[in-house]
Amino acid sequence: MSDVALRMEQVYKKFRKGEVYNSLRDLLPALTGTMFRQRELSESDTREFWALQDISFEAKRGEAFGIIGRNGAGKSTALKILSRIMKPTSGRMVVNGRLSALIEVTAGFHQDLTGRENIFLNGTILGMTKREIESKLDQIIDFSGIEEFIDTPVKRYSSGMFARLGFSVAAHVDPDVLIVDEVLSVGDYVFQQRCMERIHSVIHAGTTVLFVSHNLKSVAEICNRTMLLEHGKVVTIDETDAVIRKYLTAGGTSKTPQEKKPVYISSVNVRGRDGEQSTFESGQTAWVDVEVKAREALDKLAVVIWFTDETQYIIFHTSTERLGFAPFSLQPGGTYRCTFELTLNISQGTFHLVTEIYRYDIQKSYDRHEPVTTIFIGSTTGVGGAVNCFPRLVESKAVAASTKFCQV
Amino acid sequence: MKDEVLELYRHRELLYMIVRRDIKVRYKQSIMGFMWAVLMPILIVLSGIVVRYAYALAAHAPLKTADIASVAVKSLPWAFLVSSIRFACLSLINNRDLVTKTYFPKEIFPIAAVMASLFDLVVASGALIIFLWIIQTGWGLYLIWTPVLLLTMVLLATGVGMVVSAASLFFRDVKFIVEALLTFGIFFTPVFFDVSMFGDKGKWLLLNPVGPILDGFSACIARHQSPNLPWFAYSFGFAAVALLGGYVFFKHLEPAFAESI
Repeated sequence: MSDVALRMEQVYKKFRKGEVYNSLRDLLPALTGTMFRQRELSESDTREFWALQDISFEAKRGEAFGIIGRNGAGKSTALKILSRIMKPTSGRMVVNGRLSALIEVTAGFHQDLTGRENIFLNGTILGMTKREIESKLDQIIDFSGIEEFIDTPVKRYSSGMFARLGFSVAAHVDPDVLIVDEVLSVGDYVFQQRCMERIHSVIHAGTTVLFVSHNLKSVAEICNRTMLLEHGKVVTIDETDAVIRKYLTAGGTSKTPQEKKPVYISSVNVRGRDGEQSTFESGQTAWVDVEVKAREALDKLAVVIWFTDETQYIIFHTSTERLGFAPFSLQPGGTYRCTFELTLNISQGTFHLVTEIYRYDIQKSYDRHEPVTTIFIGSTTGVGGAVNCFPRLVESKAVAASTKFCQV
Repeated sequence: MKDEVLELYRHRELLYMIVRRDIKVRYKQSIMGFMWAVLMPILIVLSGIVVRYAYALAAHAPLKTADIASVAVKSLPWAFLVSSIRFACLSLINNRDLVTKTYFPKEIFPIAAVMASLFDLVVASGALIIFLWIIQTGWGLYLIWTPVLLLTMVLLATGVGMVVSAASLFFRDVKFIVEALLTFGIFFTPVFFDVSMFGDKGKWLLLNPVGPILDGFSACIARHQSPNLPWFAYSFGFAAVALLGGYVFFKHLEPAFAESI
């Protein structure tokens, strides 16, 4: 066998938009219609659209390959074709070995069956044999953390328990190729960490992983190489960091001035040492230029900026007023400019910069740009977590065991 | 096609799990549990007895136990056919999530629907055997025909089931058409009456491929005779063609399932 685990060659997929005849009652008149009218043909051409166009890529055995792109870029369609749920309109694909897809891990669950029965049902659907499931049953139940309720019908489960059980089954399939699509968004933080660990160990064990997510941080953490899709076409396939950089710079250009607001943010720029940029290394300095324009006379304004992480949690927050600058006033047609200097002592991840015009004494927000731009901190292998404390190892030596440690 | 059949064979464990699920769910939800499998056939048998009693009254002839046995013997396979086609028809639509989000040969759904109905038939047969024993039908060598007739019925149900399940995925009114045909089918099929009652015109009834099978059941269990072989061959041929044609039809449409459901 070759070292290619997964390959797509010039795959195209066409969908039809709009009404598809859903009942014979609609179909019959439509059929007689097409018999008499020829122009129907050209009409159907405009109704079709290409969800995927000329997609070619390959993933090597043991590689973690990412797919990113905006909603509607064709990620899910690509996965459905790879997992053989859909057939491509044209093109070829090759999968070497057993493929398992974590597309919707709870799809096989039946509400009226108990957790245990569902483990067997879902495990079989995902391609495990009965004997395999029996041997892994304890591990699966243990991983899900719901031993107590394993003999309760799953319709009584909370949505979190439901999803956790689904992931636990799926995580124990041991395929040669694993497709993961946004499943990490389920469960609480601890469970998500456990899922990430599981994916890492699966990769470590030599499984090829195809990872699709909006969470750029996990893509950067997991994948060596990544493909960027846009409108069903491949934009680039490269090292993950480079692809994410490309993805972020392509995005932040849609700035439309708000027409009715008395005062509005007319532009926001994020600069690094080499000019405008959106990808930084941890610890680098960024400058944020904010420009505010007014249509009416307004007093006591301040500019507020903050970062949120992927979960909308505000990790950092500041304003002109907090930094000791007096509130400013604007006349109609007036412009205000300010520049913040930030030292990005944050760990790797994707962060959204939000800017706002705010009046503190009456607590009024005039204009808010949400997320005005996205900043990506490239992977720093030495640290994890939310912030970067720039650790250094100053001493490291092994001490011989002494009996003291055994005493209480 | 060989590959496709092999692929189905590879998923036999999944088929077993889905059949189990369908049976479990059906019995879990109902208060009566296993009684459910027996209730429908009992109702059909009872209505059959009423109809036969009416015939007997009209003909000024006594109601023979053989007639009752014949009605009972034909009702069960008929109930099986109706329920398997009804469940198969909805099997893809009711498993929308599995159709759109997982991969495996989708004919497993209609086949599982037929298997689950077959399970009901087996349960109900237990009750039927007791009933036949009470009315002293007796038994004979011709009973060996029963499995063959049953197999023909299963082939037919599976073939039709695959066609209607795929068709109802694309056209939502198919299930209403199927429901209507199943409801009124009993009047065009020799369940409550015997083909022999129609004399020469009886052969028209046997053109309905279910007719010779039911008549065969009645012959080998209630009347201790061999089934009418040429007519049985016709039914078996029809069932085989239905299964093959249904499978090809289903497989032809299968790639479009996920995006059309």
